[in-house]
Amino acid sequence: MKSPLNLRNTIAALIVAGLALLPLFSQATGNIFVLTLFTRIVIFALAAVSLNLIMGYGGMMSFGHAAYLGIGGYAVGILAAEGIGSGFIQWPVALAASALFALVIGALSLRTRGVYFIMITLAFAQMAYYVASGLSRYGGDDGLTIYKRSDFAGLINLSSRVQFYYLCLGCLLGGIYLIWRIVNSRFGMVVQGLRSNEQRMQAIGFPANRYRLVCFVIAGTMCGLAGALLANNTDFISPAVMYWTRSGDLMVMVILGGMGTLFGPVLGAIVYLVLEEFLSQVTEYWAIIMGPLLLLIVLFGRGGIFGLVGRLARG
Amino acid sequence: MLLVVEQFLNGLQFGLLLFLLAAGLTLVFGIMDLVNLAHGSLYMMGAYFAATFVAWSGNFIVGILLALGATLLLGIVLEVVALRHLYGRDHLDHVLATFGLILFFNDMVRLVWGPAGLALPLPAWLTVPVQILPGVFYPAYRLAIIVVALAIALMLYVVVMRTRLGMLIRAGASNREMIGALGINIRLLYTLVFGLGAALAGLAGLMQAPILTVQIGMGENILILAFVIIVIGGIGSIRGAFVAAILVGMIDTLGRAFLPDFLRHILSSAAASTAAPALSSMLIYLLMAIVLVARPEGLFPANRR
Repeated sequence: MKSPLNLRNTIAALIVAGLALLPLFSQATGNIFVLTLFTRIVIFALAAVSLNLIMGYGGMMSFGHAAYLGIGGYAVGILAAEGIGSGFIQWPVALAASALFALVIGALSLRTRGVYFIMITLAFAQMAYYVASGLSRYGGDDGLTIYKRSDFAGLINLSSRVQFYYLCLGCLLGGIYLIWRIVNSRFGMVVQGLRSNEQRMQAIGFPANRYRLVCFVIAGTMCGLAGALLANNTDFISPAVMYWTRSGDLMVMVILGGMGTLFGPVLGAIVYLVLEEFLSQVTEYWAIIMGPLLLLIVLFGRGGIFGLVGRLARG
Repeated sequence: MLLVVEQFLNGLQFGLLLFLLAAGLTLVFGIMDLVNLAHGSLYMMGAYFAATFVAWSGNFIVGILLALGATLLLGIVLEVVALRHLYGRDHLDHVLATFGLILFFNDMVRLVWGPAGLALPLPAWLTVPVQILPGVFYPAYRLAIIVVALAIALMLYVVVMRTRLGMLIRAGASNREMIGALGINIRLLYTLVFGLGAALAGLAGLMQAPILTVQIGMGENILILAFVIIVIGGIGSIRGAFVAAILVGMIDTLGRAFLPDFLRHILSSAAASTAAPALSSMLIYLLMAIVLVARPEGLFPANRR
């Protein structure tokens, strides 16, 4: 039995504590920018955590995960534009729409494996992107402005920066808790078993694709929630949210932090977005540095930051 | 009738262009087992090189040949510096590393050529319409694309199936250890194949350039189409890529041209004008979904190890 106080758990605890105390720091120093930056980071961390469920634990390399960000966001945006402002309607619709999309493309994509799966999820997400660009009633290419954030009947005020931040953080921690429970359940064991050896699992009698599909839908729904949060955060939703480079960003966050670790994607999201913010302040052409950096991470940094931490801890 | 012929030829021309892109992608995947997202960047670089060299030399053909050479060289450098180290790694590593390369290329182009697009003007002899059928005229340049792309497709077939180099390429695809043990310089072969794929992508980019503008990110949308094509055709299969490319080019072009009119017949005109753009851009993805349901390995699955 491993000690609960190993290096990885310590880092995870520090991340959670840091994120929880951030609004206090922001208020004490009057630095509002750091709060808006980290609201965005926490939302993307939720998306990355959900992607990690299928990529890290399920071995399904989805390159279309940003589609759910868009679907969740458009559900909120379209309902708001049609005059339905209640979050009690908007958010369940956002989750249901994401789940439905995941169910359909999952059922089709899971017929394939490996690189086919990567490309097919990519293509379906791109299809969602083009459909959103074609929605001329809801802004088309230019996107849709959301004039009023989701209304939760006085329960929580989304227009308050601090309250909204804690809502996002709550969703993130809830998502991580859910994944922890899933990964350690019988269902999660089966999904991880399928990642290691599909033939053997099928020989024992597990219906591989049904388990995978359920896992795929859970991840998609969770990312849809991130989309609903994102739309509320920016007061705006546009097809660009689901452009394929966004899916790539999410993948990078997961890999950077450490695939198949509970808190790795959170760390990945923090490092990636802070780095992006930092580099874009240094130079307008930040991707010239970021691109080769990614290449180097892939070539030399196997297992991401959490993998590195694990190696350090073992000496 | 006139419109139908014209759109049919447009579809053929677009399909052949997509084939050039998809052929390189599927060749590199089939032989080196490498997923190269940066293939679209090579397409973009081909177009930028062409716009630059044509303006510099003042001669369309000279400029295009120079651009083709430059893209070939760029592909070789890219393989030697970066991608060579990715062979044998996980596909996910390929995706991430080449995603990084796309970011790099896009901002590099923005730095060198600026954020505004470039134009690649055609010489006068390519802008005249040609009479293909009695009373039916078609732009000479689009006709030239069809001819060149068909010639390249034929050449590719001859090289891969009928020459010693092609034999080595096919042998490398089926068993890389064995061909290495037989004394073939497999590294050089891989570099050559990658360079060839890059040149094909560059050719597709520079031929498309006079029709559309040369701009950043032009390779990305078309790369996704190339992915759809190789998924439909069967990854690693050049024949599959050819059939699927023509199919996708036709469906995409004809869908965009005729779907709005067709919908107007069955829906109200307001509903049709809302649904048509979304639906016509969905068509090829629907095609892909249907192919996947029927044949998950694609239409012409290559014989994989």
